[in-house]
Order: sequence, then C-alpha cells, then structure tokens
Amino acid sequence: MSGLSPPLRVFRGLIKELRDIHGTTYKNTLAYNYVIDQFRKNGVTGERQCRARQEALHLSQAYLCLLRSTREHLALHKLYHGKGDRGLAEMASLVGLRLPSQPGGKGWEE
Amino acid sequence: MLRSIVRLQCQLGSSRTLLKYCSRDPASNFSIQSNAYSSAITERRKFYKDVSIAQGEGGVYEVHLDRRKLKTPGGKLFTVPNEALAVAVATEWDAQKETLKYYSMHLTTLCNTAIDNPTHRDKQQMITASLKFVETDTVCYRIDDPPALVELQKNEWDPVLHWIENRYNVEIGSSYNILGPEIPAATIDTFRQHLNSYNFWSLTGLEFVISQLKSVVLSLALVDRHLTVEEAVLLSRLEEEYQIERWGSVEWCHDYDMYELRARTAAGALFVQLSSEMSSVKRKLMQDC
Repeated sequence: MSGLSPPLRVFRGLIKELRDIHGTTYKNTLAYNYVIDQFRKNGVTGERQCRARQEALHLSQAYLCLLRSTREHLALHKLYHGKGDRGLAEMASLVGLRLPSQPGGKGWEE
Repeated sequence: MLRSIVRLQCQLGSSRTLLKYCSRDPASNFSIQSNAYSSAITERRKFYKDVSIAQGEGGVYEVHLDRRKLKTPGGKLFTVPNEALAVAVATEWDAQKETLKYYSMHLTTLCNTAIDNPTHRDKQQMITASLKFVETDTVCYRIDDPPALVELQKNEWDPVLHWIENRYNVEIGSSYNILGPEIPAATIDTFRQHLNSYNFWSLTGLEFVISQLKSVVLSLALVDRHLTVEEAVLLSRLEEEYQIERWGSVEWCHDYDMYELRARTAAGALFVQLSSEMSSVKRKLMQDC
C-alpha cells in the first residue's frame, strides 16, 4: 500500500485520460460518470482510514495506469513500429535520389 | 525532443499530424500511412459510432456497438458479471479511432478468454500452470555480480518476500545458483489452497498477471494491494531497470516493453479485483466458481 498516490491526483489523472480519449464530449461518457460516481461515493476527503476506500483507491490507480500505459504504448508503436513498407519513391528520397521520369513508360511494363 | 513529439501526437490523435513534423515530402508520407499493413486479419476499420452497455437477463452486463451486441471470437454473447468491468470494456472500444487495434484492448481479450475458454481448461489445470511459476519465481533468483545489482535485489525483493512469507505463512527462500531455491511442498499447498478460493474469472486474470510478471510472489502482492501496478512492474524488471540506469534507455525497446507490460499487468489486476469483488454477490450467475 506504500505507493498509493493521493486520491486527488488519481482523480485528475483519470479525468485527463478520459478527456484524451473522447475529446470534448467526455462528460457524457459511461466511464466519466462511473468514475465521478465512485469517487463521490468513497468520499475524497482523505480523513478516515477506511479499508473500502483503500481498495477503491488501488483499483482506480490500476485503471489510471491501464489508460495511461495503453496510450503511451500505442504512441510508441505508431512512432517506431507502425510505418510499414515505404514506397519506391520514398526509399529513393531517403538517400537523396529521385526516380527518373520516362515519358514513354518503362519498356518492360507492357 | 522525441518525447514532445510523442506527447503532441497523443493529444492530436490522428495520423495526419505526422505531416507537420516530417521534413521530407509530406504528401507521400500520409498515403504510406493509410495503406501500411492493413490486412483483413490484423486490422479492421471502426464500424460503429456509439458504444453503450445494457443489463441483460440474470443481472449480467452486455456491451452494444451501435445497435449490435458484442460477441466473443467464439461466437458467444459477450457478458460480464459487473458494471465496472462493462464500463471499462466499453471505454476500450470507444477509445479506438479509425482502425481497431485488438492488441491494445487488454480487458476485452481477458473477458473473451474467460467466456470462451478456448483451451478448455478447468480451474485445477490453471492453478497447476500458475504454480509452476513458483519454482522459477523472479524474486527468488539472485545474482552475485555486480555488487550494486546484488544490493538492489536485496533491498527491493527481500521486503516483498518477507511480506508474502508473513501473509501466507509460507517459506520461500532465495538462491544464487542456477537451480533455484528449494520450495517446500507445504508452501505449494498453501498457495494452491489460496488460488482455489478464486473463481474462474479471477483465476484467468491472475494467471495472466503471473505469466506477465513471471512471478507468483509479485502477482499476489499486487492483487492483495501490497504493491501498485507500477511498483510490481518495476520489481519484475529490476535488472533491466538497473541496466537502463547504467547504460541509458532505448525508447523503442525499453519504454515500449515497459508500457506494454504495465498495460497488460494493470488490465490483469483490474480484471482479478473486479471479478472477485462481485463474486460473493453474483456467484450464482458465474459459470464455474
């Protein structure tokens, strides 16, 4: 239980992630309403040492970790692994060359 | 600088942003993106607009994509026993942009496995498979060189070992040789009894977490809320983190692996906790408890 962040930080992180996913309409989504509901029910006051609250906090932190790491993982995937094959013109331009243009078309393509 | 690009890409969220940051020919870049590896097997286009949940018969929850009910790959109706899990799965589907990336929908995958049970295993087989990891548990295997790593292992892994020994009244040692520690049979029995108390769904999640972290000790510590997901992943990758600190991090490998491991472990832990929370209330409705 040592690494638990304060509830407010987890809450704000969750809202940020949900806003990231949904854009401007995030307030109508299921997840947003559920999160608000849960945090309200468990009372983000930080006073009492309640076991149910600790459990809910751990759960919400795990969910925040899930959302955050999925987003980062996808971003890294897109950045490094998502490109696929380059076309011929791309590959040539990598080394600073250009494909020649042949107005009559290449001989062997017919 | 690369990190700020990644952050901006996340915020803007579409492949068109690469046009702004690539100094080469922007037009060809976009067309390459749109036809890169989009085969029928690996990627499908997003075919729905709205995701909602509904309560079906027996108090289980279903996920609806537009008007259609979500089904598992095995053809069964996708049902989950509680609302929290349904909301989380719905959010995963809602978070997909243009194409569906199944490899990022971890909770959905876990639910599908639990519902379909494609390898037709029962609880005992899953428990046996999970307990195999005890003999080769990550936190029990120590290295004796370099000394900084030895210290690190002692300081980070010993407390978790002590915690689990106290919590479950078992004996697990650590060892420096290649064969690993001698785990007494009583320890395995205690763990077996403990795992037996989980229902089938929770066990699916727990086995997944164990196979990701490669450690029963860390998984139980996570599920019992002694560790957070980030801590558990850090402890599982301790040697790698040590080497990163020494030699530097390679983003496309180290960070990529770390985020993937975190995402999967978080999904597994969430799955276990949500499935076992409701077990006392909804036991009649779950398949094999």
